[in-house]
Amino acid sequence: MLFGAIPIVFTTALAFFNADFQTYYEFITNHQLSVLTNAFAGLDNFRELFKDSYFWLALRNTFSIWLISTVPQLIIAFGLASLLANARLRASTFWRTALMIPNITSVLAVAIVFQQLFGRDFGIFNVLLHYVGHKPIEWVAGTIPSHFAIATMINWRWLGYNSLIFLAAILAIPKELYESAALDGASRWQTVRYVTIPQMKNTITFMLVMGTIGGLGLFVEPLTYGGGFDGGANSQFLTMTLYLYKQAFMNQRLGYGAAIGVGITLVVMIISAINFMITRSIAGEESK
Amino acid sequence: MTATLEQMETTTQQSASPKPRRRSISKRVSPFTYVALTLMTFISVFPFYWMYVVASNGSEEISKIPPSLTPGGNFPNVVNTITQAVPFWHAILNTAIVSTVIALCNVFFSTLAGFALAKLRVPGKRGMLLFIIGTMMLPAQLGVIFMYMVMSWLNWINDFKALVVPAIVGAFGVFWMRQIIDSQLPNELLEAARIDGASVFRIYRSIVVPTVLPAAFVLGLFSFLGTWNDYLWPSLVLNDPERFTVQVAITQLNNSYTVDYAANMGAALLGTTPLLLLFIFVGRRLVAGVMEGAVKG
Repeated sequence: MLFGAIPIVFTTALAFFNADFQTYYEFITNHQLSVLTNAFAGLDNFRELFKDSYFWLALRNTFSIWLISTVPQLIIAFGLASLLANARLRASTFWRTALMIPNITSVLAVAIVFQQLFGRDFGIFNVLLHYVGHKPIEWVAGTIPSHFAIATMINWRWLGYNSLIFLAAILAIPKELYESAALDGASRWQTVRYVTIPQMKNTITFMLVMGTIGGLGLFVEPLTYGGGFDGGANSQFLTMTLYLYKQAFMNQRLGYGAAIGVGITLVVMIISAINFMITRSIAGEESK
Repeated sequence: MTATLEQMETTTQQSASPKPRRRSISKRVSPFTYVALTLMTFISVFPFYWMYVVASNGSEEISKIPPSLTPGGNFPNVVNTITQAVPFWHAILNTAIVSTVIALCNVFFSTLAGFALAKLRVPGKRGMLLFIIGTMMLPAQLGVIFMYMVMSWLNWINDFKALVVPAIVGAFGVFWMRQIIDSQLPNELLEAARIDGASVFRIYRSIVVPTVLPAAFVLGLFSFLGTWNDYLWPSLVLNDPERFTVQVAITQLNNSYTVDYAANMGAALLGTTPLLLLFIFVGRRLVAGVMEGAVKG
């Protein structure tokens, strides 16, 4: 538990200093307070962060990849879950298990395969485009194409998992609700809209919260997609957390990295507040 | 049982409304369902097949139009390239040991803490639980700088302790086990055991553990998979090739400007194979665990 909370307090404190690992190491070994007072930077890191175009670029990229991965993924997962929920489906365990396979694969392995599949000259996607007479797409160098490619990696890994979560929620809905909806003459869409979705309120909340944390903390996928800590030659897929690592570990700017961390936390809190309002409105519809 | 329900449903529907509507949840399965599920299964499995295709053909065979779509005979050579570049088998062994230790620790501490939070009189229990849920909401990346500094002060860089100690217990595991124990273990049973004079640890061992075992097994699996697949933290704290985990070893194949796709894909496949073999045995449990956790959590 300590491992959870101390880092957060500590990171916030760290953001008020400008020092590398060596400086802190000296402070710990020699107990000289002057080392710390010299490094004190006040709000400098936060001021710099506010004006840092890379941070805003990273914010934009993070949101872009997050949207491209979350929205289609949740819609398709919901569709798959509805198909799997049919009690007459044959070999249902087989289908469920098959959907789970991608999730046990490491992000790194996924990145290696998709990097090749999205390769500019000989990747399958561009080869297929070649046969239909389309010129190759810059899956790495282009901004939106690279976001799409990274989102595809995320979708591949998480689609089945999310389908299973939705499936569990659908199966937990009392059958009587569907029966009375049918008796009332509800259309298929109305049944989904007024029975299924409100009944899945808790699951949708859970997925929004977890999806926000995962999506805004995104960095292993872009890191392994081939751009290193820069997020591509033009930082076209630099994400916020990737930028944190770059500043803290590559540039040894711990204070600035920590300030980025505080920035990420603020963004997560804002989005969580919005999520909360969305789920409140879903809950409101239930009582109508 | 479902069939009778279905019949009842249709009969009530027919008597209630003049034209029968078929809106029950177990409607006939359309061929489209099987097509869609087959396509999804294909998409799930294809990347593994493709790893083998590229690795067994070598980079040249793949770098042409049309690329080869079937496996070649070059796989042993690629494995050779990989094992000469990095101590790959050693890395697999390292990863297996570290992942197993972390999984066992996680199961032990999460069930113990979950038990305490669900059933024991602990001062400030409610606050602790909220705190645990709170830490789940925050991005974990925030703590990495701090953790790295602690590890270097403790001189644990290049030591497996840097991987194991921070991971022995996690908020998610404690929360999950607490939910399971809270909902599945009747208080009367614990009272009875207490009256019979069983100690807290005895209760834990004889009552709590058997109850949570199925869920704890899944927790252990997730923890095992998570450690096996973790890449960034090991790459920060390990730089001695003898200590590499699989994921770190894979990245070491990319030190030059040209990407050797065959070696990369081969290493990715070799690094994933143990998990795929494990999955054959535990896949169904994993699926059940994900679905159960979804409803409870």
